[in-house]
Amino acid sequence: MDPEGSQKNIAIAEREPLIGPGHTLGTVTDKISSIVLTPGITKGWLGGFTIAVILFLLLNVVMTYLFTFGVGIWGINVPVAWAFAITNFVWWIGIGHAGTLISAFLLLMHQRWRTSINRFAEAMTIFAVMCAGMFPLLHMGRPWLFYYMMPYPNPMWLWPQFRSPLVWDVFAVSTYFTVSLLFWFVGLIPDLATLRDKAKSRFSQVAYGVLSLGWRGSAVHWSRYEFASLLLAGIATPLVVSVHTVVSFDFTIAIVPGWHSTIFPPYFVAGAIYSGFAMVLTLAIPLRSYYHIEDLITIRHLDIMAKVTLATGMIVAYAYLIEAFMAFYSGSQYEKFMLLNRMTGPYKVVYWALISCNLIIPQGLWSRKVRRTPALLFIMALIINVGMWLERFVIIAISLHRDFTPSKWDMFYPTRWDWATLAGSFGLFFLLFYLFIRFLPMISMVEMRTLVHQTEEEKSHA
Amino acid sequence: MPQIFHRSANALSRFSIIGAVVLLTLLSIALWEITVSPWYTYQDETQQQPVPFSHRHHAGELGIDCRYCHTSVEKSSFAGLPPTQTCMTCHSQIWTNSEMLEPVRTSYRTNESLSWTRINSLPDFVYFDHSIHVAKGIGCTTCHGPIAEMPLTYRAGTLYMSWCLDCHRQPEKYVRPKSEVFNPFYEPPSGEKQLELGRQLVKEYKIRSLQHCSTCHR
Repeated sequence: MDPEGSQKNIAIAEREPLIGPGHTLGTVTDKISSIVLTPGITKGWLGGFTIAVILFLLLNVVMTYLFTFGVGIWGINVPVAWAFAITNFVWWIGIGHAGTLISAFLLLMHQRWRTSINRFAEAMTIFAVMCAGMFPLLHMGRPWLFYYMMPYPNPMWLWPQFRSPLVWDVFAVSTYFTVSLLFWFVGLIPDLATLRDKAKSRFSQVAYGVLSLGWRGSAVHWSRYEFASLLLAGIATPLVVSVHTVVSFDFTIAIVPGWHSTIFPPYFVAGAIYSGFAMVLTLAIPLRSYYHIEDLITIRHLDIMAKVTLATGMIVAYAYLIEAFMAFYSGSQYEKFMLLNRMTGPYKVVYWALISCNLIIPQGLWSRKVRRTPALLFIMALIINVGMWLERFVIIAISLHRDFTPSKWDMFYPTRWDWATLAGSFGLFFLLFYLFIRFLPMISMVEMRTLVHQTEEEKSHA
Repeated sequence: MPQIFHRSANALSRFSIIGAVVLLTLLSIALWEITVSPWYTYQDETQQQPVPFSHRHHAGELGIDCRYCHTSVEKSSFAGLPPTQTCMTCHSQIWTNSEMLEPVRTSYRTNESLSWTRINSLPDFVYFDHSIHVAKGIGCTTCHGPIAEMPLTYRAGTLYMSWCLDCHRQPEKYVRPKSEVFNPFYEPPSGEKQLELGRQLVKEYKIRSLQHCSTCHR
């Protein structure tokens, strides 16, 4: 590290530590690994897990019913053929972006505050992408033919339609999932080895042993580990931008007013990171308090994340402003009508709820007190999550319900199956997340040890 | 601390990497082979029929024109299956006591159609028209194979879309002079000569290479 950089880091470290006082290499490892290795389960975990399982079972019911009777069980029909499923898809995939940003982009930027949040943020990414990936398949009508979207040698001599953004989606999302999973797993290997060595039961030893791929902690292992992490971070960083750009193409390529807009790619990426950070906060705040790891995920972490949320939120706000301005400036009556219809049409409540959740209420994050009070911040994060979901609904469904031809205008009303599918996706997400916090270290022990080491070194230099 | 794994775990893990790659490759090859195998496509497989009708005998040895039985082939999408009466034009005079032909006579007496097993059947979502193909110089044997040499009829092609597209993308590979369409013994000129003739006929017959989805999937 260059001298100037380390001086700056010392300055930051002096301002407020990223780790509670009194932590040594041993204590961080013990603290994080004990959550996983202590036998038995806690009541709080079991309660949450049970709710997740119930919602997951609901998802199974929905899928059974859906595959039997088709997508007609949802409220969709022409002209609103895309509604909840696609909204959920965009929302979930957006959530994932914060995890990638934290784990890859901030790694390359040498941002140390990522250390204690990157592991579960990455897990969040993977589970969110799984939930997201599910929705286009469910929406397909004949999901068992999903492989038609892949270019593979087939007796029809057909390629997918490469000019369709829906095919780009397949590549974007599958690449994103593969890279995220690899990155997450590579980062886990040394920690899995630690768990293997600390585990008491034969079963855990073998299970963690197999997963740690024979890690012995030799210098060669570390060197390769560092190299692979850096390489994967390099691959993952452009994905932060590219995946949601491609997702936004699903809309911009079409000519529907409210979809056909050049501002979408940056607007969607900012929105994704906005909602993603809100989700990281939603997960981090209960986690740190339930597992008493406030000294690892400190108030300062929450503060920084809240600032990122605010910053991306302002970009999103700017995008709303430009969208409104362009509707006026374009001189296109359809664009103008689209905006007026959003603001004063039959779905105006949804639009104004979105503006409140995404634009007005998050202004509270300017206050240091809000950023540093976990309970307030948690509520704020929940509001932003809702707001971002509403945003996608506004873009997707409200744009569709009244486009060029008034004779085909119609309303979309969600059915109970629409809501059940959305709730079910939460079931899947939290089912995976609860399993993750029980069986894998939710904070990277390796990186925490590095942080302890660096902090101590800086102290002795100072 | 004792070792968790035996030393052989190293070899096993290395082998599992190679093994996974090999297994996936083999699996893909196997899947493809099954997809194109006659077991799956019924290509080249004869089917059980109510009467062991021989195209070799009728169309080949006797030289009966295809259109004698398949009357609507030039006018309709469906080539047409002959009614029992068509069989009886000859078989009321010859082989009248043949055991083999009893189902035909029964059908004639009872006025109940013979129930043939369909050999070439396209899915319902495929629109196919015999008349246009015949009118543009595509011979019967181009799709139906060496029908005049089939003692029992079998499916000559896979009926996969790639099989259709093979000709739709390059009609010059298969087109023949209109006069030869119903000749079951027509031998196309070999290699380059067919392409030369084909290109000329494509021009002459104004054959378009129709590849839009909606050409067949209407």
